[in-house]
Amino acid sequence: MKHGPINLRHLLALCRKESYQIVRDPSSILIAFVLPVLLLFIFGYGINLDTSKVRLGVVLEDQGIEARRFADVLKGSPFLEVEMGTGNGNSRTAMQQQLQEGKVRGMLVIGSDFSSRVRSHRGVASLQLLTDGAEPNTANFLYSYLQGCLQVWQQQRATDQGLPVQTFSTLEPRYWFNPTTVSRNFLVPGSISVIMTVIGALLTSLVVAREWERGTMEALLSTSVTKTELLLSKILPYYVLGMVAMTLCVLVTTMLLDVPLHGSFWILFIVSSLFLGSGLGLGLFLSTVTRNQFVAAQTALIAAFLPATMLSGFVFEIASMPIVIQGVSYLIPARYFVSALQTLFQAGDIWHIILINSAFLLASALFWLGLTALKTARRLDD
Amino acid sequence: MTPNPPSGAISIADLHHQFDGRPALSGISTAIQRGKITGLVGPDGSGKTTLIRLIAGLLKATSGTIKVENLDPIANASQLRGQLGYMPQKFGLYEDLTVQENLNLYADLCDLTGTARNESFKKLLTFTDLARFTGRPAGKLSGGMKQKLGLACTLLGSPKVLLLDEPSVGVDPISRRELWKMVGALAHDGITVIWSTSYLDEAELCDEVLLMSEGLLKFNGAPQEIINTMRGRSIQLRELGTNKRAVLKTALHCPEIIDGVIQGHALRLVLKTAGVLPDLASLNAGPNAHFVEVKPCLEDAFIDILGGGPGGTSVLAEHMPIARLAPDIDPDSVIEATQLTRVFGDFTATDHVDFKVKRGEIFGLLGPNGAGKSTTFKMMCGLLRPTSGQAKVMGIDLKTSASQARAQLGYMAQKFALYGNLSVDQNLQFFSGIYGLRGKAQQEMVNDMVRVFNLEPYLNTQAVTLPLGFKQRLALSCAVMHHPPILFLDEPTSGVDPITRREFWTHINGLVEKGVTVMVTTHFMDEAEYCDRIALIYRARTIAAGTPDALKLMASKEGETDITMEETFIRLVERDDSERKVAA
Repeated sequence: MKHGPINLRHLLALCRKESYQIVRDPSSILIAFVLPVLLLFIFGYGINLDTSKVRLGVVLEDQGIEARRFADVLKGSPFLEVEMGTGNGNSRTAMQQQLQEGKVRGMLVIGSDFSSRVRSHRGVASLQLLTDGAEPNTANFLYSYLQGCLQVWQQQRATDQGLPVQTFSTLEPRYWFNPTTVSRNFLVPGSISVIMTVIGALLTSLVVAREWERGTMEALLSTSVTKTELLLSKILPYYVLGMVAMTLCVLVTTMLLDVPLHGSFWILFIVSSLFLGSGLGLGLFLSTVTRNQFVAAQTALIAAFLPATMLSGFVFEIASMPIVIQGVSYLIPARYFVSALQTLFQAGDIWHIILINSAFLLASALFWLGLTALKTARRLDD
Repeated sequence: MTPNPPSGAISIADLHHQFDGRPALSGISTAIQRGKITGLVGPDGSGKTTLIRLIAGLLKATSGTIKVENLDPIANASQLRGQLGYMPQKFGLYEDLTVQENLNLYADLCDLTGTARNESFKKLLTFTDLARFTGRPAGKLSGGMKQKLGLACTLLGSPKVLLLDEPSVGVDPISRRELWKMVGALAHDGITVIWSTSYLDEAELCDEVLLMSEGLLKFNGAPQEIINTMRGRSIQLRELGTNKRAVLKTALHCPEIIDGVIQGHALRLVLKTAGVLPDLASLNAGPNAHFVEVKPCLEDAFIDILGGGPGGTSVLAEHMPIARLAPDIDPDSVIEATQLTRVFGDFTATDHVDFKVKRGEIFGLLGPNGAGKSTTFKMMCGLLRPTSGQAKVMGIDLKTSASQARAQLGYMAQKFALYGNLSVDQNLQFFSGIYGLRGKAQQEMVNDMVRVFNLEPYLNTQAVTLPLGFKQRLALSCAVMHHPPILFLDEPTSGVDPITRREFWTHINGLVEKGVTVMVTTHFMDEAEYCDRIALIYRARTIAAGTPDALKLMASKEGETDITMEETFIRLVERDDSERKVAA
């Protein structure tokens, strides 16, 4: 029987078949619904780039008033959990031991001449800070926290002594879009891109290859199914699955993880659709070309999942990457999606950012889906 | 449409096809008759599947023309697809979908709607006897039921031409017979059927056959036509007084004989020229031995076309030392199963099975798909733990010292179990290493195997790309490198052409002569004839055991002689079915 590129009955029958396969395969349900929630909680609670309270060991060799006052400032800091060396523990070697064992993240030595130097204005009263350079993030945090404490202590001292506080200007930071600089607020939206990549590329990389491996493709090709029907029947069910998973992600993000969504849900929906289109396209392309589930899944992992985590700017800032890698990141659709996601969640509907990113996502989706259409066989030797 | 020419439903003229420059089909011309079953026969790699795919329009021929009901499979693809039913080797059933859902899918794809749809479903479900299983996922059907469902799905669009690619592979004799009846009924209704098969007994039942070998069409006509050319050339040597394997070996060396196989206690031989018999005395077959002329079969003709079977001497066996037993081992029970039972959940796969195998015996495990042969087999070679009962090899209990027992046995798995992406040489090196051979001894053994099996030209070839016959040789060589006194063979010849099968059995017979004990499972009923004794496993139990001749006698009706092994099998299984029904 001759018909156009799409016969609705064929398409529906194929979509229904695909849906049964999704629903009956526990692994696809696991990937689509359990994995996203799990990942969201890991990114939401497990990974936290803010070091909320750092344990600092203090070796107080000087019992003078200045030294003790400084120690009190340290104890009062909301960012530090101060562990004062006491008794035998109050020695450099004992504290070093603690640092090596990871019980404290840094140690501060207040030398025995600290108070006297401060009082007598003999030279500079220096303090020694030892931190674990293997964790540069924490080390840097600790350094800036201590700088802050030092400033507070100097101000207090000046006020106590009735001296004018010698500050020429102060920096008043205001963190826009994420006023409390909670890393969860940008990590969690970013992680949605990873989840969508997993569903889009990883899941679909299996589906066409599976038909080849099980011999079902050969049987389908001998019926009057057209290329368009075949392709659409792979895209539509997985698109629906992906969008349901996306909605689930947004609900978990906003309601359970308390990450605010400033932009419109519908724009988020459209942007996600575009990204999913690109992911589905890539997954189907790999599946179509390799005709082998294992190879397709491995390639999808390397071509989609890893770049989406590492080069999308969702954890690692693109601006601080080497220039070549920055160039490469322009080829990663997840980059545009992460940018759009972070904008939508934290800033709202900033049109020019959304539109530019959407344009790139659309281009990527068209590219991969087009390539898949080109490579979809209607014969075994195509 | 113009009226169809009477010549045939499918006409093929000077068809050539190449894969990457390698010819798969060379100059095929034929006409396939409407309303007939045409058997497409040939060894693996002879081009059967390629020809079917070309007819189905799934491949584009390098040159030549194909017309199916006057349509070109490529140019008129969309028109043709509505008239064509194609069932690939691994039919495209969706295993997660139920029987009914599979039918629904294919009905939608061929636009079958309304009352016609329901009528088709009803008819096909009755036809295939699957009506009781509509709610069962296709993946949970037995091999035979899957094939029947595949056929039902293929038939939904009421095709005029039906292409079946090896529909009976991996299907037990009972299901094969049912499938055959179904297709026969379709041909009767005017459908053109092409049935590709490697079973020659099946091809013999076709109206027409196309015999293919290495991409060439060797014969085209009614099977009886070619069988008739063999008249007077098929004989049986009966009442052997001596060792049948030794006699076969001698017989195959006679210039008058081109092919020979064991049939129970007799030998079936094919003569080079009708009436020219070999000298009976020289065969050392005993005082009562005599020749009887028997009906020739298609396999005889096929072997004749291919230039005769392989010789009777196994270089491998000549090379092997005599397998001796330690004095404390009872030669009457080298392999022993006692009340062997294996339960998976609430399903008993093997139910109190008993047998003993003597030294130097070929013992066959036969049974339909899912009967429990493989489970039993795996327990015997220590790959699976019995739930209860005992499996012993050379007096060693596999439950307690499986690895010690395994050192005594060679195992050849059902599927090609070597490393496909290693070369032949690397596979040999690896397996000899596993068996503990090192240094000079290892190299010598590998060289021996290469010489014995003529593997020299393929030493650096990846195992996966070897021709099937050579894969078979490599697998066997890897199984016997440590000179095991016991050999386990799990469906060793499934999908292998008759010549390679004979060659394989020559080796096995030779090894047995050296005192090796062999346990084998098989689907080929004529292969069961090679066995000294057979246990027929059905629904987890042994329903019959004995020599092939004894089993045949058991299944024969009064006055009946010479029933085939296949018939024996079917009757014994059916008898067991009815007995169980009575018991229930």
